Amino acid sequence: MSSSNDTNSGVVQVKYNDQIVRMFTLATIFWVTIAMLVGIFVALQLAVPQLNFTAWLTFGRLRPLHTNAAVYAFAGNAIFAGIYHSTQRLIKTRLFSDGLSKLHFWGWQFIIVLAVITLPLGISQGKEFAELEWPIDIAVVLIWVIFAINFFGTLLKRNEKHLYVAIWFYIATIITVALLYTVNAISIPISYFKSYIVFAGIQDALVQWWFGHNAVAFFLTTPFLGLMYYYLPKASNRPIYSYRLSVVHFWSLIFLYIWAGPHHLLNTALPEWLQTLATVFSVMLWAPSWGGAVNGILTLRGAWHLLRTNPIIKFFVAAITFYAMATFEGPLLSIKAVNSLGHYTDWIVGHVHLGALGWNGFLSFGMIYFIVPKLWSTELYSKKLANIHFWIGILGILFYYVSMLAAGITQSLMWRAVDANGSLVYPDFVETVIRILPLFLFRALGGVLFLGGFVLLLYNIYKTIKQAPKELQDETVQVKISSSAPIHPERGHRKLEGMAAAFTILAFIAILVGSIIEIVPTLSVNKYVNTEKKVEPFTPLELAGRDIYVKEGCFNCHSQMIRTIPSDVLRYGAASTIEESMYDRPFQWGSKRTGPDLARLGKKYPDLWHYMHMEDPRAVIKESIMPAYPWLITSTIDFDSLEKKVTVSNKLGVPYSDEDLTDTSKRAKEQAKKIADLLTSQGVKEDVSDKKITALIAYLQALGQKGGE
Amino acid sequence: MTILYVIIPIAIILVSSFVVFFLWAVKEEQFDDLETPAHKMLIDDWNDKPEKVKI
Repeated sequence: MSSSNDTNSGVVQVKYNDQIVRMFTLATIFWVTIAMLVGIFVALQLAVPQLNFTAWLTFGRLRPLHTNAAVYAFAGNAIFAGIYHSTQRLIKTRLFSDGLSKLHFWGWQFIIVLAVITLPLGISQGKEFAELEWPIDIAVVLIWVIFAINFFGTLLKRNEKHLYVAIWFYIATIITVALLYTVNAISIPISYFKSYIVFAGIQDALVQWWFGHNAVAFFLTTPFLGLMYYYLPKASNRPIYSYRLSVVHFWSLIFLYIWAGPHHLLNTALPEWLQTLATVFSVMLWAPSWGGAVNGILTLRGAWHLLRTNPIIKFFVAAITFYAMATFEGPLLSIKAVNSLGHYTDWIVGHVHLGALGWNGFLSFGMIYFIVPKLWSTELYSKKLANIHFWIGILGILFYYVSMLAAGITQSLMWRAVDANGSLVYPDFVETVIRILPLFLFRALGGVLFLGGFVLLLYNIYKTIKQAPKELQDETVQVKISSSAPIHPERGHRKLEGMAAAFTILAFIAILVGSIIEIVPTLSVNKYVNTEKKVEPFTPLELAGRDIYVKEGCFNCHSQMIRTIPSDVLRYGAASTIEESMYDRPFQWGSKRTGPDLARLGKKYPDLWHYMHMEDPRAVIKESIMPAYPWLITSTIDFDSLEKKVTVSNKLGVPYSDEDLTDTSKRAKEQAKKIADLLTSQGVKEDVSDKKITALIAYLQALGQKGGE
Repeated sequence: MTILYVIIPIAIILVSSFVVFFLWAVKEEQFDDLETPAHKMLIDDWNDKPEKVKI
C-alpha cells in the first residue's frame, strides 16, 4: 500500500520508495571505489610497464574496465539513485513498481559484474565505451527499458501535474541513451563471445562517436544537470536562479549536443562537411553549457556564506565550476587547429577527467552527503571530514589535470617539431614518451589523492549509517490535490511542462534531427568511396590476427588513422583514406597515441622484429612502455571459427574469394606455415605455425598494404 | 557581395518572425509567472492547484 486517498478533502498520503534509493546509493559508493582503484592501477601501468602481470591484467584490457566502471557502474548507479530520489519528490508519487525497481537494481549490478569478468578476459567489441559483447548489450537494453517503464510509469500516475526542469533532463537522458546504445551495438554474432559490428570503417567511426560523444552528453551531462537542478536548490534552500533560462538551457543543449560527435574525428578521412558541422555545433554548445553553469552558480547569489559553512554546497559549486571549465575546453578542442595539437594526446585524457572527477565526481559526492543523512534519518557524522575530502579531492583533480595537460601539449609539440631541413626532430616515437613519463607519475599521484579524499567519504558515510536508527522509515508526505483551476493560466511552454508524453516526443525529435542529418548520408557510403581504388580484404589469417588485436585492446594506445596534417604525414606516411578501412569491423582509427600510429605499419619491420617485440618490447626498444604479450606465443589460433567469421564478413559486403570462403582454415594454415617457417629459419626455436603470434604478425604486416591509398 | 541581396532579406524575415513569436508569447501571458515552478520544488508537500485566494 503506497498511498491512501481521502477523496473528500483531496488529500493524498504518499509513501516514497526510499529503499531503492538507499541500494543505488550504496552501489554507487562501492563501484566508484572499484573504478578508481582500477584507474590508479592502469595509470601506474603506463609509467611502470612491468605492472602488466598477466594477460588479463594488461593495460589494453583493464583500461576499458576502468572506463566502463566509471561511466556505467559509478555514474550509472549515481544517476539512478538521484533520479529515483528526486523524481518521487518532485511529482509527489511513489515509484511505479517496487518489483521493477528491484529488477532494475539487480539487473544493473549483474551487468556490471559481467563486465568485470568479460573485459579482463579480452571479450570486447573493440569500440570505446561500448566494449561489452552482444549478450551483455542485450541485457543493458533490457534493463534500460525496465528503467524507462518504471520512470514513465511513475510520471503517468503522478500527483503533481507540473514537471520540473530536472525531470525534462531525465526524460532526455532515458530516450536518447536508449537510441544511442541500441544503434551503436547492432552486430552479428559469431559466437557467444564474439560479434562483428554491422557498420564498417567510416560508418562505424561516425556511429561510434555519435554514440561516444553523446554518452558523455546524455549519460554524464544531462542526468547530472537534472540532479543539479534538483539538489542545488534543495541543499541551499533557494530557487534556481532563472527558471526561464533553464527552459532555454534544456532545449538548446539537447538539440545542439547530438551534432557534435564528429569532432572526435577532426583532420581524419572523414568528409569535410561533417568535420565543419561538428566544429560549428561544438562551438555553439558553449552557450547552453555555460547557460546551465551560470544558472547553477547564480542560484547562490546572496547566499555565498553557505560556501563557508556547508560542505555539500562546496562540492556542488566546485562541480559546476569544473563543468564550466570542461565545457569551455571542449569547444576549444573542437577547433581544427587546436584539435590537431590536442587529439591523440594526454590532454584529452585530462579533459575527460576534468569532467569525470570534477563534474560527475563532485556532484555525486555532494549528492551522497546530502541524501544519505535524509535516507537514514540521521545527521552527517562529520562535516569536518567532508570538508577535508573536498580539499584533497580538489588537489587530486588539479594534479591530474595539470600533469595531463602538460604531458599532452609537450608530446604533441615534440611530434610536430621539424628542423630547418624539414625533417622530424624526434623521429623515434619513444623519445616523446620518455619526456612525459614523470608526468604519468604525477597523474597517478593525482588519482591517489582523489581516492584518498574519497576514503574519507567512505568512513564518514559508514559512521553516519552506523548511527542511524535500526528501523528505517521511508518518507511519507501528505499532498493536497484540489480540482479548481490554477491561478495562472497555463499556456505555451508552461502548458507543455504538464504534458509528459508530448514533452517526451518533442525532446525525441530534438535529438533525432542532428542524428539523422549526420548519420543517414554516410550509410550510403558509396558516395564517399572512390571505387577506382581497389582494396583487398584481410586474408583469413590476417582477420584472425585482427581479432587478437581487438581482443588485446591495442586500439587503446595505437591509432590507425594518419591525419591530413603535415606532422602526421611526415611521421607515418600518406594520409589515411576512407577506402583503406572500408572493410574494418570495428573501425580501429583509435583516439589515443600512447604508442605510434599503425595505419602503415605493414612491411616496416621484419616478422622477427614483431615476434621479439611482442614477446618483450624492451628487448627491442629499451625505453618502451608497451606491455609484453608472451602468451601470444603459447596460445593457439582458433582456426575453426574462421570460416564463420569470413562468411559473416562476406555477407556484410567484404569481397572474399570463393577459395577463402570454402577453404578458410586451410588457407589460413598455409599462410601461417610460411610465416612460422621464416621465423624458424631466423632462429625462433618453437614451431609457431598455429600460435596467435603468427596471426597477429600477419595482420600487422598487412596494415596499409591492402591498397586504397 | 551579391549574396547580401539574399542574406539581408532572410535576416529581416528571421528577426521579424522572432519578434512576432515573442510578442505572441507575451500576449499569451507566458511571461506572467516565471517564478512558481522554481519555488514550488522547494516545498515538500505542495498543493498542485491552490484555490484562488480573494484579496
